[in-house]
Amino acid sequence: MNKLIGVIAISALFVTGCATQDDAFDAQTEQDAAAAAQQADTAQQQAQPIVGSDTEASALTDDVLTAQELLEEADSPLASRVIYFAYDSAKIDDDSLGLLEAHGNFVAGNGNVSVRLEGHADERGSREYNIGLGDRRAQSVRRILLFQGASSDQIDTISYGEEQPAMLGHDESSWSKNRRVELIYQVN
Amino acid sequence: MKLASIKALLLFALLGVSIPAKAVITIEITEGAEGAIPVAVVPFDSSKLPIKLKADVAEIVSNNLNRSGVFEVLDQAQYPARPHYSKQVSYPQWRARGMEFIVIGRILNKNDGQLDVQFQLLDVLKQKQLLGYSFPVRLRNLRSTAHEISDLIYEKITGVRGAFNTRIAFISAQQNQSRKYVLQVADTDGFNPQTVLESDEPLMSPSWSPDGQSLAYVSFENKRPEIFIQHLSTAKRSKISGFKGINGAPNWSPDGKRLALVLSKDRSPDIYTMEVATKRLTRLTRHRAIDTEPVWTPDGNSIIFTSDRSGGPQLYEISISGGQPKRLTFEGSYNSAADLSPDGKNIVMVYGDRGRYQIAQLQRESGNLITLTDNTLDESPSFSPNGRMVLYASTQGNKGVLYMVSLDGRSKYKLSDQAGDIREPVWGPYKKLR
Repeated sequence: MNKLIGVIAISALFVTGCATQDDAFDAQTEQDAAAAAQQADTAQQQAQPIVGSDTEASALTDDVLTAQELLEEADSPLASRVIYFAYDSAKIDDDSLGLLEAHGNFVAGNGNVSVRLEGHADERGSREYNIGLGDRRAQSVRRILLFQGASSDQIDTISYGEEQPAMLGHDESSWSKNRRVELIYQVN
Repeated sequence: MKLASIKALLLFALLGVSIPAKAVITIEITEGAEGAIPVAVVPFDSSKLPIKLKADVAEIVSNNLNRSGVFEVLDQAQYPARPHYSKQVSYPQWRARGMEFIVIGRILNKNDGQLDVQFQLLDVLKQKQLLGYSFPVRLRNLRSTAHEISDLIYEKITGVRGAFNTRIAFISAQQNQSRKYVLQVADTDGFNPQTVLESDEPLMSPSWSPDGQSLAYVSFENKRPEIFIQHLSTAKRSKISGFKGINGAPNWSPDGKRLALVLSKDRSPDIYTMEVATKRLTRLTRHRAIDTEPVWTPDGNSIIFTSDRSGGPQLYEISISGGQPKRLTFEGSYNSAADLSPDGKNIVMVYGDRGRYQIAQLQRESGNLITLTDNTLDESPSFSPNGRMVLYASTQGNKGVLYMVSLDGRSKYKLSDQAGDIREPVWGPYKKLR
């Protein structure tokens, strides 16, 4: 084995952005531009209520918590950052809906906050289908956050499918914890 | 953002560099084959060599033949004699043991540092030689020669090309303190495992190029799924698809010029094809359902994929020129992750019904569905290049393990790894094209 390690060559990695990839990434850029334009519109629409609330907020200056402080409050709904799902479903139940409304309001009210929605599935069935399922769950959560006024440029989604289980058991008690979307916050 | 630690590794066997054949994988035959053809494989004579060989050719051949489900190799303790040349063979002795065929051989020293591996396949009933070969072999390639001998015997007796001298790729994961994902390739008997890539973020969905020189796979090394192609013997790798959203399920076209893949850049996951040289994309499906797991039919004219457009996941087929997909599966609530036999006549897939996920075979002409396995969490079926065996992943305790089952269901065996949680096996192509 020593001999093996001695001669291992680690190749130059991350070969990206070569000329040959231009076509593929131009399309991406166009799409991004369109998305950005759409986001700009959304931001303008949202500007209204924030300005309106300024007068009220001025009286409460001492009590206004920063986004970071809000996230650190233990008894806030924001402390719950995992949404669970039924088998082969991306439907958000009523309890989760209430929770996500709180998260949506928080994101909408704190422009310096971004959230990454990580969708997951239980281990049953095939792996790439489960990537699709985790993605669909993350998109369900995203739609609610957007509906609450969060801006699409504050939200990133990714699906890990069944690749990163929260629990390793092979029964419903583990599976029910693995069918989830995790909200990962970043305060910029 | 922290970059994932990732290492791409050269594959030495393909370069012909010697590494010890360390068996991380052991083989356990879980179901014997009834009505198999009785064969004796006499240990090859290597007494004229100045060294002791680590690889036992007769043992490798015996294991291969047993695992195929077609043969049953007589236990060595019952051999009436140990001949190494055909003139030493007393046929009635072997006939009395019920043998139909006997394999004999010897390994001689050639003067230029090579071995001369000679073997003969003898027909006990007709009392004549069916095959006789002499292979000049370097010591390090002895296992590969044993697999080649197995292929020749298998083909001579069954009329079907053997697939023992091929490789498999799979993902091995460690889910404990530090997560690690390893893309590996190994011989079909689990020996010679070699690392292609290591990462601390998930690796998924390896697909062999038809020439066996490269793998396409999904890596999360940049904290999102992207598709890479890696040439095995040089370890050169490049990102081929890094769009927003899902980049998944790459599958190489039979001519090696295109990949089928899944992208969600235009909202929900859809099937696309990409010309590898130019990265030009063609979109095949356009549906708000999950469309995923594309595989090419052997003629390269259509793609079979999983979609839940009708509710649960089912298999569909679409022409590569587009059009309306045709639903293929109707039995069971969950059918996904198809692989096609090389003749295109059989599909293997994950078949889920009443909470059990098994590997099933769908015979395309008759529409018959046959379950091949009886566990509850089986996945990732992959055909051998001769279409006679199916490699798949199952679960045992908290670990993923690999199994091979013969398409007739007569033989099943387990490839088990002591260390990792193994999943997503794919069987590579023949090493030599005919």
